[in-house]
Amino acid sequence: MPDTVDSSSGGDVQHAGDASARVTTGDAVAAPEAAATRSRWTPQRIAYTVVLVVVVVFLITKAADDLRQFVIVTLNGITLASLYFVVASGFTLIFGLMRVVNMAHGSLYLLGGYLALKMQEAWFKEDTGLGISLSGATDAEYGFVGWFIPLIAATICIGFIGVAMQQVFLRWNQGQDLRQALITIALSVIFADQMLAAFGGISKDIAAPSAWPTSVLLPGDVRFGFFRGVIVLGSALLIGLLLFLVIKRTRFGKIVRAGVDDRDMVSALGINVNLVFAGAFFIGALLAGFGGVLGGTMISLAPGQDTAFLLNSLIVVIIGGRGSLGGAAIGALLLGLVDAYADVYLVIGGTDLTNYSILVTFALLVGVLAVRPLGLFGRPA
Amino acid sequence: VNPIVSRGWLPWPALAIIVAVAALAPLYTSDFWLNVILTKALWLGVAAASLIFLAAYGGMVSLAQVGLYGVAGMTYANLVLADGGSSAAWNPWLAVLAALIMATIVGLGFGWVAARSEGIYFLMITLAFSVLVYYFFSQVTQLSGFGGVNNLDLPGILGDPESDPTPRYFVTLVVAVAVFVVLRGLATRTAFGLGLQGVRDEPARMRALGFDVTLHRLLAFALAAFVAGIAGVLSVWYNRRITPGSINLEQTINILIIAVIGGLYRLEGAWIGALAYVLIDNYSREWVPDVGNVLGSARFNTIIGLVFLIIVLISPAGLIGIWEKLRERLRGGRRRGGGTPTTAGPEGGPAPGTVN
Repeated sequence: MPDTVDSSSGGDVQHAGDASARVTTGDAVAAPEAAATRSRWTPQRIAYTVVLVVVVVFLITKAADDLRQFVIVTLNGITLASLYFVVASGFTLIFGLMRVVNMAHGSLYLLGGYLALKMQEAWFKEDTGLGISLSGATDAEYGFVGWFIPLIAATICIGFIGVAMQQVFLRWNQGQDLRQALITIALSVIFADQMLAAFGGISKDIAAPSAWPTSVLLPGDVRFGFFRGVIVLGSALLIGLLLFLVIKRTRFGKIVRAGVDDRDMVSALGINVNLVFAGAFFIGALLAGFGGVLGGTMISLAPGQDTAFLLNSLIVVIIGGRGSLGGAAIGALLLGLVDAYADVYLVIGGTDLTNYSILVTFALLVGVLAVRPLGLFGRPA
Repeated sequence: VNPIVSRGWLPWPALAIIVAVAALAPLYTSDFWLNVILTKALWLGVAAASLIFLAAYGGMVSLAQVGLYGVAGMTYANLVLADGGSSAAWNPWLAVLAALIMATIVGLGFGWVAARSEGIYFLMITLAFSVLVYYFFSQVTQLSGFGGVNNLDLPGILGDPESDPTPRYFVTLVVAVAVFVVLRGLATRTAFGLGLQGVRDEPARMRALGFDVTLHRLLAFALAAFVAGIAGVLSVWYNRRITPGSINLEQTINILIIAVIGGLYRLEGAWIGALAYVLIDNYSREWVPDVGNVLGSARFNTIIGLVFLIIVLISPAGLIGIWEKLRERLRGGRRRGGGTPTTAGPEGGPAPGTVN
């Protein structure tokens, strides 16, 4: 699956007009190292194996201590990973196909959540006559429709905002990847400030349908949040499958992959490449918005979440490799699990080190990059 | 086409005049200007210079500089007498030394990981590093205090900046000029600097010639980390406090904005951008009209974001790029060797000197 989206171009240097016509040293750097790691038991490899074994043994002892807690923490990690995957898959799609590092991806995520929240409050908030609650909106009850319609509407809105962004700001400077990154950074600064103005600085969340159970009972007397465990996880699996099928099996996916390799050739064949790229940007932004609604229901919406999810997407894609859906899935899973375990289990002896959990995330990033500078499934551009 | 690396060179007499004008500033400006505008612009410029040095001469746009200066600032803040943090009450100069060493070591570590990637990948990785540093310090309250580390002890040479900001201004000015001269000299006059520029333009050829490309990048990164450390120390001298919030993603982007506004491809752009940034920061509130919730005195970030966006859209080489274009036009197309676009390299590859 690594090559799903990224059937990219070792032959970049040949088409001068192309975006990425740059002499990349990625190959040259990566190749000897890759060869070195493949050749049996280098000290580096031994070190990694030792670390891996230590981590696994550590987790097993923790699991033996309290299996229920372990299951819950693991589920937490997996559901977090699902959300990361949904958001990061959009990021990696855009990055892989168009070489656009969309630094406003986190903003699209947060905006998606806020839009859904506004729609939910504006269209579906009913006076139940029980307005005794002081905390207001969050206690209002919503049916399935009152959650689902905002989800769809906000997601599609974000898709179109993404396309508008691409058409206005990114279409005419294809290939200047640094400039495009700077443009999207500027947009993210403006987005963040405007969202702060429009939606305030207080943390809010989208109400899940009140008919849904709050938790489900799993074997072994484990209770786990229904929305997290069923809806978010299910959506992530569904989206992963859909994306895989679209990229691998449809005409659109084929065109997209071909367009990455040689845009000029594809457009010479009578295909409107710009339309295809706009479509890809639509899907990428769509996924950010969808993730925003899921995240807004599962966690919360607040200024700063845009940064958090941009960082998460960056890490997932750095770990997984550019443009690889499989990489995004594995990167998200690693990041989610590491986050979840480090937050709970980083207690060694009697000392509580959970404060330092971010260092574990950092170690994960460094560990992957040290062996594979282009990510687990990354290939030289 | 990505902006061309400028080969322009600020002449020594011009530099001397600028420094003289700056040195005389206490005579003709108010304390407010000296402190809030000039001193701040100078230390922000040092931070941006560490970024521009890497971008202009190494072809690496690093967003880790704020993380690195945060490391230096936090180290200093924790080692000197202060409210919050571990307040070890060291001699401030020893703490400065420790802060610079710490920033360089962390920079070496970051560089070791990041130097093997390049272009946009490098940008992403360093951004992740910077944000991780921020999260680290906001989580570890033993180091960052709950409300930041406040009332830092300053070295005696700065006097009492609250009553007289002039000594601090002069120290910052001297440091900034030294940073500029040394960085420029290193990058353009030494074997290392020329090797680094070669690595930027033609990594594959440099490798074939026997240069250690990764080592060049790594050393440049460590050097930039050292300069970022200097900026970190200057920043805590300026603020007399440091909070995790002052080294977050917003600040990371602010330093990038400063570098881009000034011009990513000329070292002096750092201070031009910093001055522009500080001026916008201080005066935009007065002349920007209130447009509902969307624009107005509370929406500084929107304004700076728009300025940034406009600069990136019209002149990726920043204010210096605009200046150079104007000068070229005034000279009636009489092109000089420096600053003119070079044509595409062999094999239809990128023009030498493009920064990807």
